Amino acid sequence: MPAARRVAVVGAGPAGLSAAQAALAAGARVTVIDAAEEPGGQYHRTVPAAYAPRRPGHLQHGWRAFEHRRRRVLAHPRCTWLPQTSVWALERPRPGQEGPPRLHLLCSGPADGAGRPRRTLDVDALVLAVGAHDRVLPFPGWELPGVCTAGAAQALAKGERVAVGQRVVVAGSGPFLLPVAASLLDAGSQVREVLEANTAATTARGWGRRPWELAAQAGKAAELAAHAAALARHRVPYRTGRAVVEARGDGRVEEVVTARLRADWSVLEGTRRTVAVDAVCVSHGFSPQLELPLAAGCALGERAEPGSDTAGTRASGPSGSRGAPDAFVRVDERQRTSVPGVFAAGEITGIAGAAAARAEGAVAGWSAATGGSAPRDPGTRRALRALRRSRDQGRAFAGRLARAHPIGAAWPGWLRPQTVVCRCEETDYGSLCAAFATEAGAAPRVAKLNTRAGLGPCQGRICGPTVAELRRRLAGDAPDRPAEGLPAADPHRRPLAQPIRLGELAAPSAPLTGPGHRPEEESSS
Amino acid sequence: MSSRLVPTERDATGRGGRPLRITVDGVPADGIAGQTLAGLLLASGRSSWRQAPSGAPRGVFCGIGVCFDCLVTVNGEPDVRACRRRAVDGDEVTTGSRAVPRPTDGPESGTGEGQ
Ligand SMILES: Cc1cc2nc3c(=O)[nH]c(=O)nc-3n(C[C@H](O)[C@H](O)[C@H](O)COP(=O)(O)OP(=O)(O)OC[C@H]3O[C@@H](n4cnc5c(N)ncnc54)[C@H](O)[C@@H]3O)c2cc1C
Ligand code: FES
Repeated sequence: MPAARRVAVVGAGPAGLSAAQAALAAGARVTVIDAAEEPGGQYHRTVPAAYAPRRPGHLQHGWRAFEHRRRRVLAHPRCTWLPQTSVWALERPRPGQEGPPRLHLLCSGPADGAGRPRRTLDVDALVLAVGAHDRVLPFPGWELPGVCTAGAAQALAKGERVAVGQRVVVAGSGPFLLPVAASLLDAGSQVREVLEANTAATTARGWGRRPWELAAQAGKAAELAAHAAALARHRVPYRTGRAVVEARGDGRVEEVVTARLRADWSVLEGTRRTVAVDAVCVSHGFSPQLELPLAAGCALGERAEPGSDTAGTRASGPSGSRGAPDAFVRVDERQRTSVPGVFAAGEITGIAGAAAARAEGAVAGWSAATGGSAPRDPGTRRALRALRRSRDQGRAFAGRLARAHPIGAAWPGWLRPQTVVCRCEETDYGSLCAAFATEAGAAPRVAKLNTRAGLGPCQGRICGPTVAELRRRLAGDAPDRPAEGLPAADPHRRPLAQPIRLGELAAPSAPLTGPGHRPEEESSS
Repeated sequence: MSSRLVPTERDATGRGGRPLRITVDGVPADGIAGQTLAGLLLASGRSSWRQAPSGAPRGVFCGIGVCFDCLVTVNGEPDVRACRRRAVDGDEVTTGSRAVPRPTDGPESGTGEGQ
């Protein structure tokens, strides 16, 4: 009998947990790694065990199924679960060597703590399921305390029962605004209004076309309906074609200015209104966490429509307003990336929600465990076909989501010269315009050094896509001139996927040991 | 006072909650075990605890460890993301600034990251 394949799954959200389950079912030895203490990712974020909750499933959709999956995976004899462990780097094989990259881990320690042990892990296949974070477009005052992402409000409400404010506006674009508003109501906040920037016509066109695709996502529709009902019960207005275009306050947000928008997100003058708030939660979509895929060398691309032969990545918005293709990890029918032995699943391949992430994860886990070969027994073949079908439905849903909630091209109309674009370095819109206007400054690397945008602690995770888009608009596609033989600048390329301290870096690293990964097996490749 | 912890008797998760105490720049702040430092700081009525290079106040923005707005020093360890670190009873939290100190500002408390 051949030795079981060793599979590492990075991320234990809906995609990663389901990948682990499928890989275990296919006979692999699986190591599941997540920076968090508990599996679940963003979707199944729960209060910590220390809260001793009697009803941990409160606010959770699909909780029973998740609990079941979590127990099955973590208790499996071929599974090693590494909580509170960050993958801080991936090391590509040397030329001539085969296989996925080596994982560099910072093990079992409090977040950003000093002296976490460093370990390496070599596997036969790697599944990346690291998820996404909110994308927020800048607007005047967005750097004020009390302005946060919708995801932050959700994480605090669901994950530790903290309401970010008493009088809150939830704004931006996409169905995610609804669960966030519902969680805030549950936590006792007054939600003054929920603002969807796209007009009713845009969202109706996006959702209404090809309604049969929606039927396959009945669970999602029911979930959204439940949130909408919560809003109605609390008489929270849901307005389309309106956005927060400014936040104001002395040392923290005290009021927001909202305005009606046209379909392209230009402001209709004469429609500005001021709303008193102590918090505003904003999300204009999600950005995939691309550090690890890029470190592995995975190709990125736009997502194609399901059914086309280059399945993977996503459909861009109808207006082409995103400026350039959204970058997601490109995967094929079997969730293989362009790098042999590396698979990707969930929001890093396109934004489609938890159900789609689960389906993709299952396909990825199966492929990783079997090396992508087709199963022989008819039962497994049928099961795999069903999984792929549900994955394709998820992708169709993603396409529809992108069409119903595009980012309007005219959003920079909200900005003033003094508006902060890079939060870390406080680079303002005026300086960026000036830098991009000169030909030399138009090369990303030069502009970055001149304006410092993207050079702060977050390394451009927040402003990167925005700065890249502004540059394309203001400077055209001026080619980057690599400085001193460095590779061309990429807004997602970062040498360290997660922060590591110098002391930890200096300490020796050892291969990971444990039931699933005995060191003698690690070193024999 | 704006951000706060859902009161136990109103919390539909039916949580318990063991109290703990930390200090923030020497001032005691109470929370419960399991809270992140960011959650505890917010629930104790603070909206900001760090300064951007211009001196502008910052607190929580992304909530999940991406933006680095929420950095604090914990028991002498600088650059800890408050939204990711669970509070431990007795933690000594020091807030910081990336602002360039003026001569009158006294000792530099900046975290110095990214410089
Ligand atoms: C803050 C936030 C809250 C959200 N809440 C909801 C919600 O309530 N309802 C909803 O429908 N959708 C929500 N979403 C959307 C959410 O992205 C998807 O619904 C779903 O969780 C995506 O699943 P996933 O498996 O692709 O990724 P995720 O669920 O994001 O899981 C990725 C996991 O990878 C781990 N990870 C990432 N990088 C590393 C690394 N380098 N080392 C180790 N571990 C790593 C993370 O800790 C995380 O647990 C939220 C998104 C965000 C950003
Ligand atoms: S709030 Fe963004 S890193 Fe903590």
